[in-house]
Amino acid sequence: MDWRGLMRPIQEELERSTVVAGLLADMEKRLERVREAGKLPGPELRIMEVCGTHTMALHRTGLAIAMRDRGVEFVSGPGCPVCVTPDGVIHEAVRLVREREDLVLATFGDLLRVPSGGVRMKDVPPAKGSRVQVVFSPDEVLDIARNEPSKEVVLLSSGFETTVPAIAWTMKRAYELGIENLTFYSSLFRIKEPMEAILTGGEVRLDGLLLPGHVSMVIGTDGFEFLKKWNVPSAVGGFSAGNIIRAVLVILDIIDQGADHVRNEYTWTVKAGGNPEAMKVMDEILEPVDIMWRGLGLIPHSGLGLREQYAHLDARGRFDIQEPDVHEAKGCRCGDVLRGVMRPPQCGLFGKACTPESPRGPCMVSSEGSCLAHFLYGG
Amino acid sequence: MCLGIPGEVVVLNKDGTAEVQVKGVNVRTRVDLVPDVKLGDWVMMHTGFALQILDKEDALETLSLLEEAGLI
Repeated sequence: MDWRGLMRPIQEELERSTVVAGLLADMEKRLERVREAGKLPGPELRIMEVCGTHTMALHRTGLAIAMRDRGVEFVSGPGCPVCVTPDGVIHEAVRLVREREDLVLATFGDLLRVPSGGVRMKDVPPAKGSRVQVVFSPDEVLDIARNEPSKEVVLLSSGFETTVPAIAWTMKRAYELGIENLTFYSSLFRIKEPMEAILTGGEVRLDGLLLPGHVSMVIGTDGFEFLKKWNVPSAVGGFSAGNIIRAVLVILDIIDQGADHVRNEYTWTVKAGGNPEAMKVMDEILEPVDIMWRGLGLIPHSGLGLREQYAHLDARGRFDIQEPDVHEAKGCRCGDVLRGVMRPPQCGLFGKACTPESPRGPCMVSSEGSCLAHFLYGG
Repeated sequence: MCLGIPGEVVVLNKDGTAEVQVKGVNVRTRVDLVPDVKLGDWVMMHTGFALQILDKEDALETLSLLEEAGLI
């Protein structure tokens, strides 16, 4: 099916906005200048959008296609927590729900729909007295645990630095309140290490990075100082079409002028120092640990785990969880998509054996997954 | 997952929670991580926690742009 054709009306509507049209015209001019000056190594400008929310925004607005028509190609990055959560975690969560009696497994919605070995948590008949409960905010588990003292309550979560402070705060409160029937089954990721892995790996040529707006809200632009080493022009951007185009303009300026490598185009939300209170609670409760990523493998220090003082809050210890090295569904290339090596439509399962109704991998499940974005909106 | 939603603090409770109004709907939000928050402030929320205090005009612009992008 020609998704590009389907998306035309939305894209045309986008470009009818005079602000957007003006910004796109400006972008074309600057791109041409950079190209003529020989400052672009390839035919197109290739930018990785690190964050899954940007992936969705780019596709939903039709901007991904409008950009590609003008020689700017976006490549999805690793910033989709549900997508990078390894299969072994889903496998063990399914096992807990199925086998463990009197358990409440609380989680954000997306993880429930990721299949492991063809089984999704939402479809598993829970053991006697057990249930799965969707929560909007992690702190809801405090009340669930206190109201149901005869149940073991587990918060299953995955997230980057945007989500980690809320989870760390909840862990801290659980510790202070001495709630004994509450544990945390977490896959908490840092954004720095996978970006370093991708930049070091060099599998994909990147001319710029669109940095994650809301991770930056927590860790600040200071959190991206490490990018200096690679000298990749980078901009922190907001989530509207206009915000994203402005971030691309900034990236083009950096390429043109060779000035500072990270600029903030989302100043009303992102400060240089981020949110110190949020970083304090993260650092108090959690410490860097080696963690497994789908598609990227084990990356040293790229995760966050409970410090020794709080180790009893870890569901892995309480329930003797040992994640098997489960391999993703046969033919699923989600891992390659997450490294920016492959575009979703290039996967043999895409749109055929793998659809939103019957997903084979997490990139088609997550509301921020690149495969889902491409399936729904083309580009 | 990393979607942030801006809203206005319309009730500030003493227990670290607030009612944050988004498009006319009040959402219970923890404000422990933005200790300087005041009644009437605009905040960026994520998974039930306020994570940053915003400039009001910018927050309104963000909200309309998010709606335009179909993200909320």
